[in-house]
Amino acid sequence: MYNEKVVDHFTNPRNVGELTDADAIGETGSFKCGDTMKIFLKVKDNRIEDIKFLTFGCGAAIASSSMMTEMVKGKTLDEAMEISNKDVSDRLGGLPPLKLHCSNLAADALHDAINNYRKSHEAV
Amino acid sequence: MTKKLIYMDHGATTPVREEVLKAMLPYFNEYYGNPSSLHAPGREVRRAVEEARQKTAAALGAKPEEIYFTSGGTESNNLVLYGSAEKRASAGHIITTGIEHHAVFDVCQDLEKRGHRVTYLPVDRYGRVSPADVEKAITSDTFLISIMAANNEIGTLQPVSEIGLIAKSKGILFHTDAVQVVGQLPLDVNDLNIDALSLSAHKFNGPKGVGALYIRRGTKITPLYRGGGQERKLRPGTENVPGIVGLGKAVELSVAEIPTKRAATEKLRDRLIAGLLKIDDVILNGHPEERLPGNINVSFRHIEGESVLLSLDLEGIAASSGSACSSGSLEPSHVLKAIGLDHPTAHGSVRFTLGLGNSDADLDYTLEKIPLIVERLRNISPTYHSRQ
Repeated sequence: MYNEKVVDHFTNPRNVGELTDADAIGETGSFKCGDTMKIFLKVKDNRIEDIKFLTFGCGAAIASSSMMTEMVKGKTLDEAMEISNKDVSDRLGGLPPLKLHCSNLAADALHDAINNYRKSHEAV
Repeated sequence: MTKKLIYMDHGATTPVREEVLKAMLPYFNEYYGNPSSLHAPGREVRRAVEEARQKTAAALGAKPEEIYFTSGGTESNNLVLYGSAEKRASAGHIITTGIEHHAVFDVCQDLEKRGHRVTYLPVDRYGRVSPADVEKAITSDTFLISIMAANNEIGTLQPVSEIGLIAKSKGILFHTDAVQVVGQLPLDVNDLNIDALSLSAHKFNGPKGVGALYIRRGTKITPLYRGGGQERKLRPGTENVPGIVGLGKAVELSVAEIPTKRAATEKLRDRLIAGLLKIDDVILNGHPEERLPGNINVSFRHIEGESVLLSLDLEGIAASSGSACSSGSLEPSHVLKAIGLDHPTAHGSVRFTLGLGNSDADLDYTLEKIPLIVERLRNISPTYHSRQ
């Protein structure tokens, strides 16, 4: 069902964990299938200096979270906001159609974290 | 090096036994006549079909003329539900449960669209329906009670005998989907007051694509198909002869072995359950005692069942999450919802079903790998982290 790249990111997920001193946290979930992702961001000079994730979900959900974190590390917040769920799926070499809309929520979680960062930053 | 394979998904399907395959093979090209033909090659094949019918009937305590061969459990369920509804002059009432296999559940929903009324009885937290609820649900126009003998996902056995007695006392047709039970536990349609029963060969080490429907003599059923006189016109179409021969052999062997294999399978089942429950935050789904000999269904809290399955597969262990038929669905299983599991717990469900070939060595390996898999996935899980 999953290609080798997806299986690799599922079995050896990159950037797993929490950042206790995160500058922003993002969270998203699929009401339909119950998958949940939590993203922790460390931002420096408007760039993503560090990122970690925690995910409750299927193989696609874990692999998408892992791939997304690899894609955005070092990017500016504007660049990171440009990344879509489809970009994450494409970088994984594709996901089964059924999984595209339920488990590939990583970019949404990232955008939520960036929006939260911006809100708190503007509020200061 | 050949990859290790431990198959623990016998609830989905089973390997065909050597003896069964051997019995089937001549009916592909040696005895290839059409059983409806009057000539010698046809008569030879007809004899084999009728022998399989006798074996199937004997396994259920039925008469050979009460057995109709079909393409499997789904067709058998469809045939009895649609067939009994079609026979009526007007719409009526059906009693079933909220945890039936989709081959019953979906048909009931369709029959509702056609004007019939259906009562979907609730089950308790172990997945058992109450015979008192069955009795209370009966109305003057109830024409069918269809309640599975054992649930395919959580393995819970239903009080079929009591339900059969109630149905008999009211003169209502009682059908049971026994696809998971035939070959696992003894069944006698007369002792249990069953009027119709569905079975499928590939669940008891027979071939896929062949099943049977027992219908008590005198029960009126309208066929789903037209166009031939086979199976006394109830199920026309040239018979799947190799499949039917295989079914006959498989049911004969599996039912004869129940007394010896049941205890051994239950011992393995109980050992696996005990080992899994040693892991923190694991719950057993289904009834602790009244369950299929080979069924283990647990929920690993804070992680997702598919992730566990994928990880098990990478270790060479084949299991499933709920029924194989619903694995393409994103929704949690209707069975797990019916027994009251919340959404995340239902999603963490994994089913192991034991059968021919499973051993203590399989369990040793599985019980060594699973705690590591669970720990790895929980380390990634936000709900597990927030719990701590």
